[in-house]
Amino acid sequence: MKKERVVIIGNGVAGITTARHLRKRSDASITVISAESKHFFSRTALMYIYMGHMRYEDTKPYSDDFWVKNRIDLLQASVQQVITEKKQLILQDERIIPYDKLVLATGSKTATYGWKGMELEGVQGLYSLQDLRQMELNTQGVKQAVVVGGGLIGVEMAEMLHSRGIQVKFLIREDRFWGSVLPQEEGNLIGRHLSKEGIELRYQTELDEILGDRRVTGIKTESGETIACDFLGICTGVKPNVAFLKDSGIKIDRGILVDEYLQTNLPDIYAVGDCAQLIQPQSGRKAIEAVWYVGKMMGEVLGATLSGQKTKYQPGQWFNSAKFFHIEYQTYGEVPSKPIPGMASLYWEDEKQEKAIRLVYEEASEKLLGLHTLGIRLKHEQCDEWLNSEIRLTKLIPNLQLANFDPEFYKDPFPDIQHAFNTYLSRSES
Amino acid sequence: MNINASIALSNGPPVSLNFFQKLGATLGTIGLLILFISLTSFQLSPTSVWLVLALTALASGIVIYAWGLYGRRSAGIQNDGVWFKSSSNRGLLAWISGIALTAFYILLYFYPEVLGLREGDNVGIIALFDPLSQLLSGNPASQWFVYGALYTLCIAFFGVKFYWKYRHNRYQKLRTLSVIFFQTAFAFLIPEFMARLNSDGFSLPYYDLKNIWPLNYYNFYGYRVDEFISAGSIGTAMLIFGVVSILVITPLLTYFYGKRWYCSWVCGCGGLAETAGDPYRHLSDKSLSAWKVERWVIHLVLVFVVVMTAAVVYSFLHDDPSKYWLGPDAFLIALSCLLSLVFALVWIFRRNELKSDVRIAAPAILLVILGLVGIHYLFDQRLFYFDPYKLREWYGFLIGAVFSGVIGVGFYPLLGSRVWCRFGCPMAAILGMQQRFFSRFRITTNGGQCISCGNCSTYCEMGIDVKAYAQKGQNIVRSSCVGCGICSAVCPRGVLKLENKADTGASRYAEKPITFGNGEVKLNP
Repeated sequence: MKKERVVIIGNGVAGITTARHLRKRSDASITVISAESKHFFSRTALMYIYMGHMRYEDTKPYSDDFWVKNRIDLLQASVQQVITEKKQLILQDERIIPYDKLVLATGSKTATYGWKGMELEGVQGLYSLQDLRQMELNTQGVKQAVVVGGGLIGVEMAEMLHSRGIQVKFLIREDRFWGSVLPQEEGNLIGRHLSKEGIELRYQTELDEILGDRRVTGIKTESGETIACDFLGICTGVKPNVAFLKDSGIKIDRGILVDEYLQTNLPDIYAVGDCAQLIQPQSGRKAIEAVWYVGKMMGEVLGATLSGQKTKYQPGQWFNSAKFFHIEYQTYGEVPSKPIPGMASLYWEDEKQEKAIRLVYEEASEKLLGLHTLGIRLKHEQCDEWLNSEIRLTKLIPNLQLANFDPEFYKDPFPDIQHAFNTYLSRSES
Repeated sequence: MNINASIALSNGPPVSLNFFQKLGATLGTIGLLILFISLTSFQLSPTSVWLVLALTALASGIVIYAWGLYGRRSAGIQNDGVWFKSSSNRGLLAWISGIALTAFYILLYFYPEVLGLREGDNVGIIALFDPLSQLLSGNPASQWFVYGALYTLCIAFFGVKFYWKYRHNRYQKLRTLSVIFFQTAFAFLIPEFMARLNSDGFSLPYYDLKNIWPLNYYNFYGYRVDEFISAGSIGTAMLIFGVVSILVITPLLTYFYGKRWYCSWVCGCGGLAETAGDPYRHLSDKSLSAWKVERWVIHLVLVFVVVMTAAVVYSFLHDDPSKYWLGPDAFLIALSCLLSLVFALVWIFRRNELKSDVRIAAPAILLVILGLVGIHYLFDQRLFYFDPYKLREWYGFLIGAVFSGVIGVGFYPLLGSRVWCRFGCPMAAILGMQQRFFSRFRITTNGGQCISCGNCSTYCEMGIDVKAYAQKGQNIVRSSCVGCGICSAVCPRGVLKLENKADTGASRYAEKPITFGNGEVKLNP
């Protein structure tokens, strides 16, 4: 019998995890196609290449012989079209690749909002390896940069530019850093940290127009202010990279619509990672979650399904992490950016304003709903267990230390935290 | 758009030095220049003034340079531009410093007369250090004194630099204070002061108490054993301490804390690697083939040192049996029993952890050693067939000088700072086996938080591909891990933690599920 031919478009974490987990369970022929690079690299590590912490080859999670050993064929090519009726892909060089099952793991693209001057030299987003190379060229000799978009990619780009001695003005739409995710105090804390590092933050400022003839010379904000710059980073978010599927018959909304098995409207075609949009996401979760961990989890699930072990995508408790210059961030469960009726939270911050923790709970029952930290490492397993068991605050607070994952000899912040929370709770009871 | 990514992306901007870095570099160069001039026929006098000048210039140069580099930056990971700098990316500066260091080691080990060593009054750089040696021990300097003094200076002041670099990390700070202390006190000062106690009728061997056999491969040579014994009860106590160090103290501490208690908190080789060698830690080879070479080479060096020491000890016990309490036969029987016991323990309790080549090589080597002992008795052949003093000479030359010094330190700027510790040190091999099989120490990984970025592997000086474990959610239990803690420090997602909580037995090696709660998927089928 001929081996089943599985073709995966995209060699990011979602596509590659699918391939790996399929290979663990099946003997199918696996081909991974990517226009971006021959080998899988860690997208989240792009910033470290620019900053000189690592070389490109250091960011590859598997050595190059891994793919041969695991019989995963890699093809560096750009897919132009998917002919679903014939189960064929057409590449840019007009080669035809047949498939039995197709996995779309095409990731994201920088989202832009039709600003005038987008085409100018020195204006770019940061998502791909090509973007990074572009940035290397675009920032030669640059003195002043503007970064638009106060989120994760924005702060990474600010740090990258800062590492090269480039002055950065950081335009943020909300009144605080990453206001769509971080509550006020945490946003302020990170904002202060960035200022201390020498980043100039402009809150409630939005881009209106990009100025310059051939190369960017500045920008105009919505309030009419002009800011001079010779590099402009567009970090206003990402959107699924699905344009090439327009006439394929695969249903697309913002992303590729998939059911709980990550299957599209067509049989034998699946989508995972940034480009996938769940028709029915789990409660409290978004339809598109463009983060590393979601791509990895979806890949694990789809790898099993493709091997014949049909498996639902049930991602469990939300978690994520990031690092803002020198401050690490970890989050577990639900931590809303603004107050929500019925939910309350306890917040603690250290004197130096470098560490913080927030516990979010259901007001009536005092059940834990979520928690996150800045500058304190938490043990994932422990947090997950607390959230699953819906632990009550009174039981949680005395045991917070169990989740401490800071390196040895670090000052234990939990006694202070427990003292503060207990004092607050006993006061509010009386 | 297709690009060949590995070429375009590694060209950073020119990295310029700030004022303090330039000042520090200038002072350091002046210090080196004085040392260099002392090597020529040009007479620097008075030597004490020039020595103080040279050492002060070196020390202050390092500290001022470090201040320029880290002083005004906020605390945190300081790896910006590491791969852009010629000194740390195997560029021209790295080659120049590598060649200079190697040349120094060659002179030190093989041509000390070029450095100025003389039977009568020293000349050259050794004469320059005479005043300091006189001050400490009352004796003129030797090439080893010069080396020890410069070595200690490097650990102390590059230690300051390292402390500054990692000032946000208490584990790193304490560890650095510890290596500075052990180097300055135990390796440098105490042996010199001990030499002061010597008189005509009483002489202690030069003994760095923390330098344990087999790193200190000559510790049980006949002449040293005689020195120990002739120094009365203090000497005997030191000899016993030397034996207890390797047989009792080492396994105990390694059981509780991993080999790091020695390799990155106490040891002088480790101390230099962690301080002066820190800028080169990312140059270690992470490939699988390097690991394969490492496993064989380091363990063969261990076999070499065991056989060589056994032959030497047996030979002097044998030649003059009336002198020693221990008879040569008792020694050989005890040694054979000890080796068999260690082998049996590993075989019984950790057999599943042995790779297929080890399952053949380990019993084979044990059988060869025991067989040679048997042949010695049955057929009255020379023990191990070789002249013990030839073995000793070869070990001293190949391992003691060339491997640990010339290659180990000379090639810092090209191969990374732990080449000796990783490929050659027999002490590290013993500690490594204990750590791998009978220790509570491991690096735990944090659930699904790993983003496979590669910082941990890149900055692992031992060439361990840390992320290969982290992205699988597996503990890092590797014999080579020296527990420096840098992987945990550079991790941007808080994934790695060095731990020595209670031993969890077999689960210490298991792969755990990573992305918790991800439905019905068995994550590691």
